[in-house]
Amino acid sequence: MALLEVDNLQTHFRSRDGINRAVDGVSFHVEARETVAIVGESGCGKSVTAMSILRLIPEPPGKIAGAIRFNGRDLLKCSDREMRDIRGNEISMIFQEPMTSLNPVLTVGRQIGETLRLHQGLSAQAAENRAVDMLNLVGIPEARRRVREYPHQLSGGMRQRVMIAIALACNPKLLIADEPTTALDVTIQAQILDLMRDLKRTVGAAIVIITHDLGVVAEVAERVIVMYAGRKVEEAEVGRLFRNPRHPYTQGLLGSMPKLGSSLTGVETRLQEIPGVVPSLKRKLEGCVFASRCAHATDLCTKVAPALEEKAPGHIAACHYALKDALAA
Amino acid sequence: MASASVLSPADVSAAKVAAAAPMGDIMPPVKARHGLWGFIYRNPTIAIGGGIVLLMVIMAVFAPLFWTVDPTALAPARRTREPSAEYWFGTDMLGRDVYSRVIYGARVSLIVGFSVAICASIIGLTIGLVSGFVRWADSIVMRVMDGMMSIPPILLAIALMALTRGSVQNVIIAITIAEVPRVSRLVRGVVLSLREQPYVDAAVAAGTRTPVIIWRHILPNTIAPMTVQATFICASAMITESILSFIGAGTPPIIPSWGNIMAEGRALWQVKPYIVFFPAVFLSITVLAVNMLGDGLRDTLDPRMAKRI
Amino acid sequence: MFAYVVRRVLATIPVMAVVALFVFSLLYIAPGDPAAVIAGDQATPEDVERIRASLGLDRPYLVRFGAWVFDILRGDLGVSIFTNLPVSLMIKQRLEPTLSLMVVTLILAVSIAVPMGVIAAARVGTFVDKFVMAFAVLGFSVPVFVVGYLLAYVFALELEWLPVQGYTPFSEGFFPWIENLILPAVALGSVYIALIARITRASMLEVLQQDYIRTARAKGAGQRSILFLHALKNAAVPIVTVIGIGIALLIGGAVVTESVFAIPGLGRLTVDAILRRDYPVIQGVVLLFSFTYVLVNLLIDILYTLFDPRIRY
Repeated sequence: MALLEVDNLQTHFRSRDGINRAVDGVSFHVEARETVAIVGESGCGKSVTAMSILRLIPEPPGKIAGAIRFNGRDLLKCSDREMRDIRGNEISMIFQEPMTSLNPVLTVGRQIGETLRLHQGLSAQAAENRAVDMLNLVGIPEARRRVREYPHQLSGGMRQRVMIAIALACNPKLLIADEPTTALDVTIQAQILDLMRDLKRTVGAAIVIITHDLGVVAEVAERVIVMYAGRKVEEAEVGRLFRNPRHPYTQGLLGSMPKLGSSLTGVETRLQEIPGVVPSLKRKLEGCVFASRCAHATDLCTKVAPALEEKAPGHIAACHYALKDALAA
Repeated sequence: MASASVLSPADVSAAKVAAAAPMGDIMPPVKARHGLWGFIYRNPTIAIGGGIVLLMVIMAVFAPLFWTVDPTALAPARRTREPSAEYWFGTDMLGRDVYSRVIYGARVSLIVGFSVAICASIIGLTIGLVSGFVRWADSIVMRVMDGMMSIPPILLAIALMALTRGSVQNVIIAITIAEVPRVSRLVRGVVLSLREQPYVDAAVAAGTRTPVIIWRHILPNTIAPMTVQATFICASAMITESILSFIGAGTPPIIPSWGNIMAEGRALWQVKPYIVFFPAVFLSITVLAVNMLGDGLRDTLDPRMAKRI
Repeated sequence: MFAYVVRRVLATIPVMAVVALFVFSLLYIAPGDPAAVIAGDQATPEDVERIRASLGLDRPYLVRFGAWVFDILRGDLGVSIFTNLPVSLMIKQRLEPTLSLMVVTLILAVSIAVPMGVIAAARVGTFVDKFVMAFAVLGFSVPVFVVGYLLAYVFALELEWLPVQGYTPFSEGFFPWIENLILPAVALGSVYIALIARITRASMLEVLQQDYIRTARAKGAGQRSILFLHALKNAAVPIVTVIGIGIALLIGGAVVTESVFAIPGLGRLTVDAILRRDYPVIQGVVLLFSFTYVLVNLLIDILYTLFDPRIRY
């Protein structure tokens, strides 16, 4: 049994001018200690997927359907009380904006300690001591002093380290990281990714990392899920996906990624772009969600939505025309 | 790498079509509403508030047509009658018909409310624009405004009224003076934030003259917050007018206003509460309607401000 | 921190100066001879002369202002035209009821309004929220004295739970004192409650959308901890600001409330002074109220640093 099984997840939002189908039928699983990346452009539903797992979607206007099984237990059937016991304890989350994700009027120590006090019943003093340990663990110098400081006294990279400390304080089994490095400087990004990789080994957590940055994916992920317009369009082991992307959207994503030193090799490889824009999720989409932007789209694509098919062992994609290995051979 | 070879156009005919199972919706569809009902559905406060205000204006303008008698006609013989079929709202201690006085009283309240809203907006807009654009004037004007804002507005209006004869005009002037500082502050705030906008910078850099900048970029952006503010000033001016009249520093007793009808009913309120009750209900409903209109306008015209307040 | 306090204190000096100049000049803004205005319509020429002399109107304007400010700094607010008593003495005699009314109203209003606003924000869009918002708009729309009469009619005349009118000094015991203040405080507080509840709701709604609230939820924090620990402290600055600004409403409302409930305080003094055109008294009361208002808001500016560690100018 997988640690996390997301089955046919639908997260819709109600608004005045219609229903926004932000996530519409996404299934995937995460094994214990595995790192899975969810990739896609902004607005593809990847963050909503992450928030849905912890049920952080405000209901109403949102609504979540499907099943999210964590250790076999369906989170969508849990009471609020049970969800609170899981959040920050068995599943925790890191967010994109370290500048705004920490409470500005509470000390860093209090914010780290809060998780421990909630889930492990530590006293204020014990929680502060553990907070100091956690700060040391995430590599913040002078932890004793820092623990009494407020977020605005820390740099962006340090704040993200604090976020990681909060997330890992209770040794969660699953860590969801929503664009954890996007808001940071490039050099800090690498540090934070290294830290996450190290700590993952120490704590033994599985990671779901949400990102639009294929560089991050290549660096940390073992398996990749590509999302587009609220659907999963492709999924494969990371090396396989980079070497042999099956879905035209994934191919487009990889093609739009600059390659280091490509201008020095002498071969002019122009960056490709994907024409068009993501379709509105407020209309019911017919056919393939990517058809409107796909260079290969045919009548079939605009009429019939392609099913997710296994195109090669452990490699699935939703495209009528993506080759299967058997056919290619 | 990402070559097209994994896609096979030759395979089109051979492609075995695997259709995905269609997804159902998990919530009922959103009904689209159009026309007048749609407007009322989306902006109930504007519709209700605006409707009541309109009704009150019609009542005030056409007061003689609303089955009223002369609101100033004295009749000592029928003093302090309880409400009845003949005297709908009863009579006061001078025998005047309270119903007629209340209907006519709408005129003073509405005139005061609207006049103060308009005057305070225009004066406040001017002061706010000047202090937002003329740097040396700004510190002086704003010190003065800060000082005036430190005097509680009702107290300021009372102090001003104590100096003059009670008349509708003086009431309007006194309340306007008390309201101007707040409007000026608001406009100045808008002007200062607009001046930070890149497009205003661009206009300045392009050598556009200040009056043109004000006319083209600043004024249009102040209209929304000003309209909302003017509505709230209108509501608060009507309340202030009633308070001034109530303590005897407002409109003269000869012109019926909701405030001074209540002021006259004051002495008898324990035994004849209806004299205070009817004008109070009319005043409260009208002010409520104006406030609802203001809230609705703020939500639609000025969503940024709606978030703040 | 210290520099911030000093700067705030210094910033109030020009404000107070403008207030003083404005209050002093009120008499001369009005058209016509100030002495004649004060004397009223039925005054004899001798009355007007007497008033002119007592105001020192024969001296130049700035000299008069200077002397007036100098007197104020020594605590001398002049002499009432009507009673010939020093204004400062008259104010002192009337201070306790007004102060009692204000303090009781303030405590009552804040302890009702803040939880109301927090609950409305937590249940935004529900019936509870709509009820609170409707109550708030109603609070803005019904004049203080109408609320006063309504309360007095229901709770004093009909139900006879509380006294209709009057004031009992604090020295005669807490219960007689508070008994007389409950109805006036609720009446006076109605607008204030509406104002604070609304800003609390708005400020909380803004804060509840912030990323750090999502973080707190992701940690497993409960609703109460999110509202009162994580959100309210962040929402406090605008709320406290409005509590300070709203004091102006209390002051204006007190004048009327004291008339309705026959409380012998500064409000009654003001109303009586207006009817008698007793200008030195009006000036004294307006000045006192305005300075109090400025000082309360200064205190609140300084209090900000307690709520928000980022304010350290």
